[in-house]
Amino acid sequence: MQQQELIPHLFRTEYRKIISVLSKRFGFDQIESAEDIASDTFATAAQSWPMNGIPPNPTAWLYNVAINKAKNYLQRDSVFRNKVIPNISEHRTLEPPENEIDLSPQNINDSQLQMMFAICHPSIPAQAQIGLALRILCGFGIDEIADAFLTNKETINKRLFRAKEKIREEKIQIEFPGASEIDARLFAVLTTIYLLFSEGYYSSSQDQVLRKELCFEAMRLCTMLVENKYTSTPEVNALLSLMCFHASRFEARVNENDELILYNDQDPKLWNAELIGKGAYFLHCATTGNKLSKYHLEAAIAYWHTKKEETAEKWENILQLYNQLLQLEYSPIAALNRTYALSKAKGKDHAITEAEKLKLNDNQFYHSLLGELYINIDNKKAISHFRTALGLAKSTADKTNLFKKLHSLEP
Amino acid sequence: MEEYALIMRHQDGTKIASPEQMEIWMKQTMDWIGGIAAQNKFVGGTGLPFDDARVVSTSNASKVVTNGPFGDIKETIGGLITVRAESVDEAVEFAKGCPVLQGEGNSVEVRKIAKNDGVHKG
Repeated sequence: MQQQELIPHLFRTEYRKIISVLSKRFGFDQIESAEDIASDTFATAAQSWPMNGIPPNPTAWLYNVAINKAKNYLQRDSVFRNKVIPNISEHRTLEPPENEIDLSPQNINDSQLQMMFAICHPSIPAQAQIGLALRILCGFGIDEIADAFLTNKETINKRLFRAKEKIREEKIQIEFPGASEIDARLFAVLTTIYLLFSEGYYSSSQDQVLRKELCFEAMRLCTMLVENKYTSTPEVNALLSLMCFHASRFEARVNENDELILYNDQDPKLWNAELIGKGAYFLHCATTGNKLSKYHLEAAIAYWHTKKEETAEKWENILQLYNQLLQLEYSPIAALNRTYALSKAKGKDHAITEAEKLKLNDNQFYHSLLGELYINIDNKKAISHFRTALGLAKSTADKTNLFKKLHSLEP
Repeated sequence: MEEYALIMRHQDGTKIASPEQMEIWMKQTMDWIGGIAAQNKFVGGTGLPFDDARVVSTSNASKVVTNGPFGDIKETIGGLITVRAESVDEAVEFAKGCPVLQGEGNSVEVRKIAKNDGVHKG
């Protein structure tokens, strides 16, 4: 790998490890110091390597520099705490901390997982959790995060700043939650990972590379949970399975002009067989235990979508899975998808009756669905619904697709 | 928004259905519940299978336990679901879709659920 590619590559893979270990060592409240040291380490590499050449083991070099910088920091910090603070206040004297920094693979792995739990602490707002996860666990730049959220750097900086304040206020620790808490805390971690994935999969950002990157990062974080005995629950495996199935359609869902191709129009030859296989594997791993989570149901739905043949069995199964999913947790999108499955399993007339009851009048996808159902049954109604959807649509991809629909219906 | 229990009653619990018939009923019931859930009006449900069913009754001042709701009792409860509805009329509309009603003599009873607010409104 060339030098100009090597440093950004190492930044992506090593920054999060250094920062997790250091934050854990210093305490989560000193995360900014950990971030400074991690960034400084890469700045030092960027200065030194062009002049002195790339070291034989670049990762070990980075760790050494980070360890030295961290030791200096701890030394200064201990002088400050033990010599300065006692003289200016009644502050208790702290034991000088051990200056060992443990960058062993085991501690790196544990620290990253524990960091995941700390970032996904219930007291931190969801949007800030995703921002922190992208910054600290995925090594994203502030400008990349801003792009992903379609906002500016200032907003992201403010969001991260407030999240860090929260960490200090709540005294959140970087540690594994206790056995009694693990399910509830894991639930929050999975929610954030799935939001991160959806941000990439459904965002209206035009940057396809960045969007894929978000999805793969979410899958990587989930894989870390699957690889750890303590956190590899059926639910975690189900979420990973679900993301693999969705990701298998990456290449098929956009055309050369970056326009969205809907499921029905996709070329199954472009679906990634390896990811479909992985999805099936993790779905199998998820079938232990007796808890049926929404991720299990969504993964099973995604599994049926990897079969392109339009069989009665396919849509009947999808319909039943949506019936179960909606009982567990209502969402407008699940209600719409269920109605679509109903039209495939039981016919359009039946689905129209049920769709009219949903009354999601402010939802563009509701009108797109009604438009779709009314085609060849009442084309005037179909056109009217597609027009309403067009008025509500925000993304260019959605608008383009609606224009195409209208064009095919209007004489 | 009020909550209502929809209680499904079968006229004759002694009839044994074939596994195929059971599967069709199950799917129909799931479709019915799914349709309510898609409107965000489903609260919860409890199926009441006949396996391991017992009836405890009093006879000559002592408690008698018999197997199943069968035998002397003509009507049995097959299950119940709880829904959210603006009015009893909306709850009745949900009840009308219940597949249990395909059987002659079966019924769905619609009952408002008492709010846990100290005022018993039954």
